[in-house]
Formats: sequence, C-alpha cells, structure tokens
Amino acid sequence: MEERVPVLRTQHLGIAFGGLHAVEDFNIEIYKGELVGLIGPNGAGKTTVFNLLTGVYKPTEGTFYLNNELLNGKKTHQIVEAGIARTFQNIRLFGNMKVIDNVKTAFSKDIKYGLCSALFRSKAYWKTEREIHERAMELLKIFHLEEKADYLASSLPYGEQRKLEIARALATDMKLLLLDEPAAGMNPTETAELLECIKVIREQFGIAILLIEHDMSLVMNVCEKIQVINFGKTIAAGLPDEIVNNPEVIEAYLGR
Amino acid sequence: MKTNKTAIRYAINTIALVILMIITFVIGGVDNNTIKLKIVPSVWQCCYLIIMAASLNLVLGFLGQLSLGHCGFMAVGAYTAALVSLAFQRAGVYDEKKGAAFMLVMIVSILAAGILSAVLGLLVGIPALRLKGDYLAIITLGFGMIIVNLINNIPFCGQQGLSQGTASSALYANGLGFSNDEKKGYMYVAVLAVILCMALMFMFVRSKFGRIICAIRDNEIAASASGIDVSYYKVLTFVFSAFFAGIAGALYSCCNAALATTSFAFTNGSILNSVFIVVMVVVGGMGSLTGSIVAAIGMFLLNYAIKNGTWVAALPGFLQNVFTYPMLVYSIALIIVIMFRPHGILGTSEFALCDIPKWPRMVASHFHKSDKEAEG
Ligand SMILES: Nc1ncnc2c1ncn2[C@@H]1O[C@H](COP(=O)(O)OP(=O)(O)OP(=O)(O)O)[C@@H](O)[C@H]1O
Ligand SMILES: [Mg+2]
Repeated sequence: MEERVPVLRTQHLGIAFGGLHAVEDFNIEIYKGELVGLIGPNGAGKTTVFNLLTGVYKPTEGTFYLNNELLNGKKTHQIVEAGIARTFQNIRLFGNMKVIDNVKTAFSKDIKYGLCSALFRSKAYWKTEREIHERAMELLKIFHLEEKADYLASSLPYGEQRKLEIARALATDMKLLLLDEPAAGMNPTETAELLECIKVIREQFGIAILLIEHDMSLVMNVCEKIQVINFGKTIAAGLPDEIVNNPEVIEAYLGR
Repeated sequence: MKTNKTAIRYAINTIALVILMIITFVIGGVDNNTIKLKIVPSVWQCCYLIIMAASLNLVLGFLGQLSLGHCGFMAVGAYTAALVSLAFQRAGVYDEKKGAAFMLVMIVSILAAGILSAVLGLLVGIPALRLKGDYLAIITLGFGMIIVNLINNIPFCGQQGLSQGTASSALYANGLGFSNDEKKGYMYVAVLAVILCMALMFMFVRSKFGRIICAIRDNEIAASASGIDVSYYKVLTFVFSAFFAGIAGALYSCCNAALATTSFAFTNGSILNSVFIVVMVVVGGMGSLTGSIVAAIGMFLLNYAIKNGTWVAALPGFLQNVFTYPMLVYSIALIIVIMFRPHGILGTSEFALCDIPKWPRMVASHFHKSDKEAEG
C-alpha cells in the first residue's frame, strides 16, 4: 500500500518565551481533507501553535513539515507560498480597502506581472487583473459577500468580517487552512452558516483544516479528530467520543 | 479589468491632459511681462511641489510610513541634474540653451537625477524600513540632515551654491539654471514632467502594487499572512518615491539660478522643506494623489499671496502684523482644514473628471445623511 504523506506533520514543536513554555512537545499529523479541532482552556497555547506554524514566532525546539517540506525558520510570506494560510482570533482585515481588494491582495503571489507591466498597462496587466477579479468574485460568492464587494471592509458587520477573513485566506491557494476561533462572537444562526461554509470549502478545495474553537459542541459536531492542549502540553488526542469521556480533559475544562 | 467605462475614463483624461499641454504651449508663446515674471515661475514651483507631495504620499499615505527626509532626495536630484548638465556643457555638447542637443541633455539630467535619488533611496530604505513609526521618522530625519551636510562638503558643491567661491553663477549661466525667458520657453517641459510622473504614480497605486502597499498600511501582520513580502514592497515603494523626488529636484534646479543646501533642510523659512511636504500630504489627504496636487497648489498660492499680495496692505493693521509671520498663517490655515476635513481635503478619494456629473447627487446624499443624523 502506498504510504500517505500528511499535509502537516509536527515533531516535538515547542517555544519558550523566557522561562515560560507556551507550547511544548506538540505533535500532530493532518491528512488531506481532514478537519481537526484544537481545543484547550484560555491561555493554553492554541494561538501560539498557529503563530509557530505561520512563522510569526520561530520555534525554539522541534520541526514542522508541509507535505514533507521542512518549514522551520521560513518567513511568514514564504510559508504562505508553501501553502499554509490562516485567520486571526482578533480579526485583521485591511479595513480601509474594499472587500474585493482584500481578497485580491491575497492573490498577489499569483499575479506575475511586474512593475513595468503595471506602469505601462501591458496586455498581461489587463488579462491578469480581469482573471483576478473573476476569481475574487467567485470566492466572495461562496460566502454570500458578492453584493458587498465594493464596500469598505471595516464597514461590514462582525460576522461578515470573519467570513471575509476566511475568503482572503482561501485566496492564497493553500493546502492547510488554520482557523483561529472563527465562530467567536457569532450568534447561533451565524455560527450555523459558518459551519456550512466550512464544509463547502473542505469539499470544494479538498484542503486540510485545523480549527481552534472554544465551543465544545461545535467542535464535537464537525471535527473528525481533536487534540486538546493545556499549559502548552497535549493532554489528549483522538476521536471526539474519546475526548469527551477523557477524565483529564474534563478536569482541564471544569477544574478540580 | 478593461471595460468600456475604463476606456472612456482613459479617453477623457487623455483629452484633458492634451488640452492642458496646449494651454501651456500657448502661454509659453505669449510675450507678456506678467506671464513671464509671475505666472511662469509660479508654474515651475507648483510643478516640483506637486511631484514632491505626491511622491511622499506614496510612502506616507499609501504605505503608511512617516518619512521626514523627503527633501534629502530632492537635494540629491537637484545637485545631480545641475552637475550632469554642467558636465555636458563643459564637454561641449551644447553652447546655447536651445536645440535638440540641449533638449537631450535636459532629459538625461532629469532622468539621472531620478535614478541617483532612487539608488540612494535603496541604500537608505533597506536599513531604515526595518524600523517603524517614530523610529523610522527619526532615522529619515537624520538622513535628510546627513545629505545636506554631505553635499556641503563636496568641494564643488558647498553651502554657497554650486560653484566654488561666492557666486553660483556657473549653474545659472551654463547649466540648467534658466533665465525668465528660458523658463517661459521650457515651461512645457515642467508640465509634461508633472503629467508623466503623476500618470506613473497613478498606474502604480491602481495595480497590484497599490493594493499591496495599502494592505501593508492597514495591517502588516495580515499582509504577510496573505503571502506578501512586506519588507520588499516597503523598500520598493520607498525607492519608487525617491525616484520622483529626484525628478522634482531636477525641476527645482532648472528654475533656480543658484543651488544652496539650505533650501532642502528639515525646516526653513520657505514652503519647500521636508516638514511642509508632509503638511501638504496631510492637508490634501493621505492616500489621495489628486489631493496632494490640490494641497501643493493651495499651499503655494497661500505662500504667494502672503509674500506678494498687494491685498495684504489693504487689511487692518493687526492682521497685517499677523501676515508678517507667514508660519502663523500657515498653521492657522492648517488648523482650519483639519477641523473641517480631519482626513484632509480629499481624504482617500481621488478627483476624477468622469465623476463630476455625480457630484450633485453626492452632495445631496451628504446633506440627506446629516439630516438623518440630526433627527436620530
Ligand atoms: N509573545 C509572547 N511573549 C510572552 N508570552 C506569550 C507570547 N505569546 C503568548 N504568550 C503566552 O503564551 C500562553 C499561550 O497563549 P495563547 O495566546 O497561545 O493562548 P490561547 O490558547 O490562544 O488562549 P485563548 O483561548 O485565550 O485565545 C499565554 O500564557 C501567553 O501569555
Ligand atoms: Mg488564542
């Protein structure tokens, strides 16, 4: 049987800020098409894992691979080029730009025309811009944002800003998508809509998704695998059923 | 995308620019003392102020980085253009300031000014743009001062002007420094330079480059998480902007009889200094190139009115006293603009000829909105 290569593989990944081990010995394997949940109490180190995987912080120990390509020490934009995209816990949009330009910006690595082409409006410029516009509109349609394409990003309501952030991440044409509490601050209907979107994305793009979420029930519903961390250490990993019944997890969430 | 609408916009703008060039030629051909002594020098000054303000806007308004040494690049451009033209003159490429040979020398000098300035922008930008905010402001401020001192200490430049000794007549008599008649004759060069520079800057901001640098301004972390090499585009924009500052410097050296480094200082008594260029960008609107044009012309006219206006004498005594301190008037004007338009005259929007038919509707909707706000 052919051996499957995991999209993401981390080995003993960790980082210490001074004496504080924010993440320690983090091991995970995610395969194509999988939706994996990463949960843990506040301050457990979940966002720090994302920051390590996207090159915001350099790991002080361990390694991580995307399709067997070592990504340690790469800069954020190089990691994006390799195929990891993310959203942020506190939304980070390009607020003073149009909704569609937010998405177009993330297509930049696909835009091959150079400075001269742009300054003198070559054929390549017009062709690429037209293609990019169409692709951006298609992405916005998935999130029902196509009618607001010309709005300023900062003028969108909260739920749509979250969606736009995901749309922008998708534009980078990634293999692994990291979502940091995408449902935070949403009401139940918005959350349900978002879950629909996530499912659509997974099917349509065939990517792996790693999802941070506080809402246990949400994670249990959508994720095939779950990894729980507390104080930077993995305390459990496995199928949702195993996780809910794990005494250590219950203790971490409910306290002693 | 290229649609019919864009095609129409391009056509209308091209026609408007052609008309502008025709007007310039006509004015340049008229023999009239008011035109020669007042209007033509004013046009030259407006030209380099516009290029300065717009090019700084790329860095300050679009990229969101505060640079306080923009006039340093202008100084490099001015001295480069002057020296290159003098070198050609000494090499015997031209005797009189007319004809094809001189035209070529002028173009070469202007381009050389832009290129050297851009090279300097690269050298300064690579280390400087690793810093942010206040630190970047301070380092660019330092750069402006260093440049002035460097030029002062180059033997053939110096504080007293371009030639050694007391006068800087060399530039005036033989190089790019134009007499009033020559300024009038070559006014179209300045206007054409502005049109070309502005067109290039527009193309820059209306392309992936513009999107990328605005994204960096809005959120650097999100920009790099969208696959953008932030430092590369920062340096690129800085270099691009320095190129145009160099060209503005070349225009400056054309319309001045003497070059002295004090003209390019951080602050000085005139409106050409790094601080005032920043003020122009802020007043016009950070992120609006047409706003920079409006602000540069406005600031020039204000300066001109204070310095040369006969109407000042007609004012009551205490106001005349105020007007003897031009800086005071500028600050008052600045405060008034910022009070009513906190984001500058044009904010981040651009003036476009094609939008003029939409204006009545925009004004109406503006009042409609404020009515609603008053009710609610
Ligand atoms: N740059 C940093 N310097 C020092 N400590 C840090 C830094 N970044 C994170 N930490 C620490 O690492 C720990 C984990 O933080 P992290 O943001 O990853 O938690 P989290 O699991 O995402 O929590 P939340 O659910 O609140 O988002 C915290 O104790 C935090 O204070
Ligand atoms: Mg977090």
